[in-house]
Order: sequence, then C-alpha cells, then structure tokens
Amino acid sequence: MIAETKIKTAQKTAGLAELLEPQPTGAEILIEALLYEGVDTIFGYPGGAVLHIYDELWRARERISHYLVRHEQGAVHMAEGYARVSGKVGVVLVTSGPGATNAVTGIANAYMDSTPIVVITGQVPKHLIGTDAFQEVDTVGITRPCVKHNYLVRDVRDLAAVVREAFHLARTGRPGPVVIDIPKDVTAARTSYSRLDHVSFPFSAAGTEPNTRAIQNAVAAMLKSSRPVLYVGGGIASSGSEMELLRFAEALEIPVTPTLMGLGGFPSGHTLSLGMLGMHGTYAANMAVAESDLLIALGVRFDDRVTGKLATFAPNAKVIHVDIDPANIGKNVTPSLAITADAKVALQEFLAVVEKLPAKDLKKGAAQKEPWWEQIRDWQKSQPLRFSGSSDHIKPQTVIRELHRLTEGKAVITTDVGQHQMWVAQFYPFTRTRQLITSGGLGTMGFGVPAAIGAQMAMRDQLVVAVVGDGGFQMTNQELATAVQYNLPVKIVVMNNGYLGMVRQWQEMFYDRTYSEVDISVAPDFVKLAEAYGAAGFRARKPSELPAALSAALLHPGVAVIDVVVSKEENVFPIVPAGANARDMIVQ
Amino acid sequence: MRHTLSIIVADQPGELSRIVGLFSARGFNIETISVGETLDPKWSRVTVVTRGDDRTIQQIVKQCERLARVREVHDVTTRPHIEREMALITVAACAGIQRQEVLTLVGVFRAKVVDISHTHLIVEASGNKDKVDTFIELLRPIGITDITRTGHIAINRLAATAETISEEEALDLAALL
Repeated sequence: MIAETKIKTAQKTAGLAELLEPQPTGAEILIEALLYEGVDTIFGYPGGAVLHIYDELWRARERISHYLVRHEQGAVHMAEGYARVSGKVGVVLVTSGPGATNAVTGIANAYMDSTPIVVITGQVPKHLIGTDAFQEVDTVGITRPCVKHNYLVRDVRDLAAVVREAFHLARTGRPGPVVIDIPKDVTAARTSYSRLDHVSFPFSAAGTEPNTRAIQNAVAAMLKSSRPVLYVGGGIASSGSEMELLRFAEALEIPVTPTLMGLGGFPSGHTLSLGMLGMHGTYAANMAVAESDLLIALGVRFDDRVTGKLATFAPNAKVIHVDIDPANIGKNVTPSLAITADAKVALQEFLAVVEKLPAKDLKKGAAQKEPWWEQIRDWQKSQPLRFSGSSDHIKPQTVIRELHRLTEGKAVITTDVGQHQMWVAQFYPFTRTRQLITSGGLGTMGFGVPAAIGAQMAMRDQLVVAVVGDGGFQMTNQELATAVQYNLPVKIVVMNNGYLGMVRQWQEMFYDRTYSEVDISVAPDFVKLAEAYGAAGFRARKPSELPAALSAALLHPGVAVIDVVVSKEENVFPIVPAGANARDMIVQ
Repeated sequence: MRHTLSIIVADQPGELSRIVGLFSARGFNIETISVGETLDPKWSRVTVVTRGDDRTIQQIVKQCERLARVREVHDVTTRPHIEREMALITVAACAGIQRQEVLTLVGVFRAKVVDISHTHLIVEASGNKDKVDTFIELLRPIGITDITRTGHIAINRLAATAETISEEEALDLAALL
C-alpha cells in the first residue's frame, strides 16, 4: 500500500516536472547534437524554414558562434576553407528553397575535393512537402548526386541519430559533404534527448587493413624499378601523412610529384620534388610520369587534368594505386596493384617493410635509379618553369613570387580557378599540407574569397591570402562584408587583367584568337569597392609599384584588397592541351 | 556483357532513387530493375540487369557500395544462378484457330491463361529472359496488344560455394614486374 502510494507520487512528480520543464524541441536537440560533435562555428543565412533553429542559436550564442554570410554559396565555401585548414568538419545552416539551391555549388565543390562539411537546410513543414509550397525545393533530390549522403528528417526522434551519423560520414573514409534537410515543424516538435555515442547504422565503411602481401609486393616493385615516380594527391592532407611520405620518399629516393590538391603534401623545395604534374604541371614532372616504369599513386583519383589522354598516360608504367575510396581504384586507370587504404596506413606499412630491408638492398635500389635521376635533372635544367619579365607591365607570375617573398612562404593561400590558380600552384612553393586551399575538382570561380574567410576563422593568427582573378572576385566579393563584420583580416590579391584569362588563353591557342565574350574590363574600381565595404584598398599598376603596394596590403591590420593590374594576355605554360599527352606539352 | 546485380539496400524512402540516380549520373545502363523486400523487411533487394565490360561492372559495383545505405552488392552472374522474369501478355485471339494456337503455346511454355474475353486473352509467363522473349516472339504474329514485364530477379544456386579471391590477393608480384 505504501509502495503503491510512493509510485503514484513519483508519477505525479514526473508529470509536474515535465510541465515545468518540457521536452526539448527539434531545434534545441539540433544545437545540443551539434555541440556534442564539437561544433563551435556555423556559417549561415537565416530564412523562414530555419526560424526555430535561429531562435535557439541565439540562446546558444555563447557556445556556438554563428557567422552571417551575404550569400549561401559563400557560407559553404567558408565552411570548406575552415574545414580544410583545421581538419574539422565545417558546418553550414541555410533555409529552404533558394537557401538550399544557392548552397549547391559549394556542396558540389566540397564533394569533388573531398572536404568534410555538414550542411543543414531548412525545409517547408512536412504537411506542405510536395505541394510546391513557398520556398520549397526537393533539396534531398537536388543534392543527391553531390553528397556522400543526405537526409530528410521526418521525425524529431530521428534527429539526434541523424546528426551523429552525418558527422561520422562526413569525416570518415573519403571525407565529403553531408546534407541534413529538416522540415520546419520537426524543429518545433518535442521529444526527449539523450546524447548518442554510437552510430546506429551499419556501414560498409572503408578503411580496411591493407593486405600484407600487397604491401610487400609494392615495396619489392619499388626497389626493383629503375624509373619510379610517386604521384601524390589530396589524400596526403586528408590522412595527415606528410611525415610518412617524406620519410618513405627519402628512404627509397623516389621522385615525388603532387597534384594540385596534393601541393604541400610534399615540400616543394625538396630535392626529390618534381613540382606539380598535369595540364599545367612542370615539364620534368610530366616527362617523368611519361617515362616512368612504376607509378606509385597515393591518395589520388587520376583526374583528367592530370592524365590527359588516358590511353597514352604513363604508357610504360606499372601502376600501384593506393586510395581510401575503392571506387577510385580502376575508375580511370586499371592498376597492376591496388591497395584500398588510408594513405597514412599504407605509408606506415610501406615504411615498416622498408625499415626491415638490409642496407645493401636499399643501396642497390638507389644505385639503380641513378640514370633516372640524371635524366630528371636534365629535364629540370632544360625546361624549368619560366616566364619573360617586363618593365612596363606587371607579370602575374611576378606577383606570386613577390607574394611568396613577402610572406616568407608561410601564408595560407586560397584561390579561385583559372590562370591565377595555376600561377599560384607553379610559383608559390608550398611546404606544408593545408596551406593551399583551392577549388580543384569542380573549378569554382568565386571560391577563393569566402574560403579565405573560413580559413581565417579557423586560424585567427595566420596570414591568409586569397589570390583571385578579376572574374572570380566579382562572383563572391559580397563576402567582404562578412570579413569586415567579423574582423577577419584576410588579404585579397586581385590579379586584374580585364579578361576571363584562362578562357581567353584557350581561345587564343585553340580557337584562332576569337575572343568570344571574355572581355570583362568594364568592372568596378576594386579599391573603391573595398573601401565601400569598409576594407582597405590598394593598387599596383606598374612593376615598380608592386612590392610597396603588396607589402602595404599584407601589413594592413584589417581586411585588405589589392588590385594588381597585370599584363593582359599572359598565358600559363607549360600546357598539355585537353585530351593530349605529356609529349604534346607546349612549354612556351 | 550482360550482368545481373543484386543490391541490398535499406528499405527507406529515397534509397531506390539514389541507386537509379547513380546509374544515370555515371552513364551506366539499366536494362531492367526490380525491387522487393528481403527476408529481413528492413532491407530491400534491388536487382538490376546491366551491360558493360568487366571494368564498367566493377565500377558500378563499387559506386553502389559507396552509398551509405547499401549493405552489399553482388554480381550474381559470376556464379551459377537462377534468373526469372514474369510477363503478362494480352493477346488478341478470338475463339477458333487463333485461340487454339495461343493455348498450344501456353502449354509448350508452361505459361498460364489468367484472363479471357470474347476477343482477348491475358497470358502469364515466367522464366529466364530467353524463354520469355521467345514466347513473346511466337505470340507476336497472332496479335499482342499489350505487354508488361517485371524485370529480372535472380538468386545464386545452392551448390555454388563462394570462393572469391580479393583483388589484392589475385595480383602476384609477377603482374608487377
């Protein structure tokens, strides 16, 4: 009897407690779940469908900083810049409909460049889904081909588990973007919340242990090879294996050529470094790959900008392909030996085998490669990266050299896509991973400025410089307001040639100089534009003005834009025409 | 070459379109596709008949395996298997010689008449692709007015003991040097 009364009282108390302190809403659960994932920074833009979330975000503002961007594309690029510099997952919050569609370019960019981000999009309330409601689009449908996974959360009880899994997916295996689409009513619905420390869904997750025999065979082949090349990509940075790569390349004295995404994965100034390969890669790197008898591909995907015509790519080479994504293996090039593994794990295993080798084997292997190295040195000497100087016009390559000199090679550099991007890749020798943040796979104009802002957010004390063209700058320069608002002192170098330079170059070289719609010389005054946003503006028109103006911009304590008026019709060399091979390289 | 893939995917909204979208986005072809519950209702089996060389098929398998809700993908064709498709065929055949001819074919192909009117018959046929194709070809001159086909389903034979060798293991040092 007494026991029963006790239970009844307890039940009453519980009911009362619930009345006094109701269960959390979806919006509250979302914030708690994000906090649990270690999120302290969100890039976003509010709207109708995410009002509940923004209301909650305001209450949580001491724990999560929200950065209000000026366009949703900017938010995703910022999250990507943030993620790629810090190694953490970038987080974006946008509303339904146009909020989501504006974010798509950024999501696709992150997908192509394997960047871990989680994008939360608002959706119209469940009962309106499918009715062509105001600001309704099928976000899950639109983003499906450019995400690792996406969710439409129909039940608030699933929300915490979805967030948990989304972060897990974004950061594991080959990293990438994940979209969580949440209907407005789900963010208002209430349920109990408890932290989840496991992912409920069974995965066929990658990251299997590499096969021992394959590792041994690979090392044996490397020792036996007389013309090996290490071709390394973004996987070095994602897996954090730059130290292992350095030790391994040095142990076997194998030349290393990084892709655009791999720049910084191996120190550019190192004697073993051949510089970047591919369409605008160095002569030595492309020739080495063309002549190689063993291509060791680490964390790469044999992109067409690297391989050119597949049939004639590395025609004499056996290929060892190491990648974490099984689908990358055999997609473009069928390897002789495939190792599906994280680059770091594979390199550690390689090193373990190498370290057990007798010194005489290593010596013999190195001796065998001597003629190869002579050949490579010849290529490097005969066709170094070069450009002709000018006393009247600022050569864009000079700008990058000067930027390198003034920043002592230490700045984090972001870029858009195009000529300026290639000159950065060629003339700014990167020495560490996560130092170059560029739009590699998707080739997104307008990436550089927001990516720099996101990078700066992650590294407040680091000098972050966006090198952009005058075309790309005009695609996202509204984010200057974001940089100014949050006092993120990025420096923006606008390589201003009044043209869509890379397109113009192709028209010059492959379309009989028919300059069709590439003249963008009608543009705002970028100095005044910077000032209008409350940033500082600088300009250099002549070679003599460059050092002082660039240095003043870099030393400016706040956000600075420097408009560098460069020679109008400079071309990027070398160039391997699309669909050609290394032997068709045009060097000058 | 023609391959039949068996894709086990979580039974959740949108998962089928993820698979179909992947095929179209990457330029893979779908000859037939059919979906149904597995023994465990939380998982569906999507059976896709596709064409391609070994490399393409391998890519399809790997790309499908990359999907977060796909548990496993098998190329059923690599091992002895049983393949079935069902077709419902409406044939214009009035009483008399025409109808007799249809019924004879139904007998030969072990098909079934499932509906009949003064002027038409609906015939149910099942079997592998060749059998169903042949049956349809033989009915065509009589006068087919409509066909609906299920697409293939397939299952590996019981005797088939799996002995798959991993990609790495299959490669010997000899292949490299």
